[in-house]
Amino acid sequence: MTLRIPRRGLAQAFALIVILMIDRAVSPQFFNLHLQDGRLFGSVIDVLNRGTPVALLSLGMVLVIATGGIDLSVGAVMAIAGATAASLADTHSLPVVIGSALAVGLACGLWNGILVAVLRIQPIVATLILMVAGRGIAQLITEGRIVTFTSPDLVWMGNGAVLGLPTPIVIAIGMLLLTGAVVRGTALGLLIEATGGNARASELSGVGTRAMILSVYVWCGICAALAGVIAAADIMGADANNAGLWLELDAILAVVIGGTSLFGGRFSLVLAVAGAMIIQAMNTGILLSGYPPELNLLVKAVVVLAVLLAQSPRLGDLSRFTARWRRSKP
Amino acid sequence: MTLKALFAASATAALLLATSASAAELTVGFSQIGSESGWRAAETSVSKSEAAKRKINLKIADAQQKQENQIKAIRSFIAQNVDAIFLAPVVASGWDAVLKEAKEAKIPVVLLDRDIDPSGKDLYLTAVTSDSVHEGEVAGEWLAKTVGGKACNVVELQGTVGASVATNRKKGFDAVIAKNANLKVVRSQTGDFTRAKGKEVMESFIKAENGGKSICAVYAHNDDMMVGAIQAMKEAGLKPGKDILTVSIDAVPDIFKAISAGEANATVELTPNMAGPAFDAIVAFKEKGTVPPKWIQTESKLYTAADDPQKVYDSKKGLGY
Repeated sequence: MTLRIPRRGLAQAFALIVILMIDRAVSPQFFNLHLQDGRLFGSVIDVLNRGTPVALLSLGMVLVIATGGIDLSVGAVMAIAGATAASLADTHSLPVVIGSALAVGLACGLWNGILVAVLRIQPIVATLILMVAGRGIAQLITEGRIVTFTSPDLVWMGNGAVLGLPTPIVIAIGMLLLTGAVVRGTALGLLIEATGGNARASELSGVGTRAMILSVYVWCGICAALAGVIAAADIMGADANNAGLWLELDAILAVVIGGTSLFGGRFSLVLAVAGAMIIQAMNTGILLSGYPPELNLLVKAVVVLAVLLAQSPRLGDLSRFTARWRRSKP
Repeated sequence: MTLKALFAASATAALLLATSASAAELTVGFSQIGSESGWRAAETSVSKSEAAKRKINLKIADAQQKQENQIKAIRSFIAQNVDAIFLAPVVASGWDAVLKEAKEAKIPVVLLDRDIDPSGKDLYLTAVTSDSVHEGEVAGEWLAKTVGGKACNVVELQGTVGASVATNRKKGFDAVIAKNANLKVVRSQTGDFTRAKGKEVMESFIKAENGGKSICAVYAHNDDMMVGAIQAMKEAGLKPGKDILTVSIDAVPDIFKAISAGEANATVELTPNMAGPAFDAIVAFKEKGTVPPKWIQTESKLYTAADDPQKVYDSKKGLGY
């Protein structure tokens, strides 16, 4: 029996390793780790920790995209949930705070889901509404200022540690396992993929496509809310203007880097999270490198282009074609 | 958004209706940009209190960040024949026509916080603004004075790339650094003026600079990034304010909390009191005919632990930052 390397995920694993190697080259102490106040400390931990908001967003986003949809409102939902959590933090217990923030996320997801699944509005337009309005709602909650809090419980969500691992990383791993168990432990994942592959055919063969679509937007809202709580806990305050700003684009990018097609269909949770880590490994590398900040976006664009090109099926065909052409030459 | 707009519109209407209710000596119309930031909210509330102090009747029109609303507000101020118009222009161009109308009506216009294109130079009386290059210089000079002759590696948290405030605050600071051979900016990266990015960038600076041991000072283009950076230093087991000196700009309330806790060293104020000097200029102009200089530069005051930070915090926290 020969060991078969799974074809899927190879490009992402390769990209992640290459980027980590580049990070190591620009910053020799990249893989150094030590304990600081009972919490692991090092650049690799930074990558995981800073990558958690986008990783959480991508967990919801990948399911939405698998149904052929898209959710542009996740950044704004982060801001609303963060604002909710921060305003309640110093007067309520942690379960109430987190419960309220997640309920807000659920409501936002339900709103998007109803617009898309029931009213049949195109997802990009439907979620654009909340993307624009959501930040306004967050600003109304915070009254336009940065709401700070000192509640040690909520601060722990962003800055604490479980067995040395920063809490956000533990939460993200937990959410990955939970989402994986729900969609892959049951037939749900398959039904979501069927909905995205061909909604009409699935509907005719008995898949409740409307319920599928509604539930992925709800899940996406909940994931976004959790990301928002973590982002607020991290800076001990809710910044309605900036929390989650443009992160919807990073989340979509993470899903795409993870090999899920924007047309819907087959998806991979693990690879979407890997996509988020690739983006963050790159961001952290840029910060460590000491290049002038004017280059940040350029470097990011070039790396993303390279990762996506590496996955392009046409490019694979092209390389086989040129190889054949070279062989056929005398 | 619509709720907010409605509320602001009705508030504006109420303010405009309240015209000549009091027999104040002077009536000033102020076209404010809108509530784009905490600083802007503080500027509005300070304008109100400065007007009350001088018994000036101040009418504020909130423009919701739209130039057409500002032009409308100015026209309505002209129609009401106010004694002076204050304008915080949302953009630099497109003011010539409406300012000419004000000039023909012989109503002096004072620009607050921001300047307009040079073509409108003779259409306004004076502009009250801060000098952000100078703010950077004040920050740099504090650092140079504090470290004395010792060698000092500085890391810099820049504002949003391309923002003129960020460019100017960097320019002013760099000018002072260039004069002091012992000071050196070893790392400089953008933190987008936000707490979250300030923290993330500082985390990477600490790792890249030997666990922060080779960093002697942090300079941030605004206080919010510094608040984030202070958290990053604390989480790395460093003592901000002692192991690493901090200097930032804006003087928002939260940085005074950090200064009084000994976790930050200095901040340079971007004063929200632009209206005060403007009122003084208008009063002098109206009563004695004194023509003010074309540019009134506000003071870029430096605050440290010696300035009773707790008291400053208490006085600032109600301003709407």
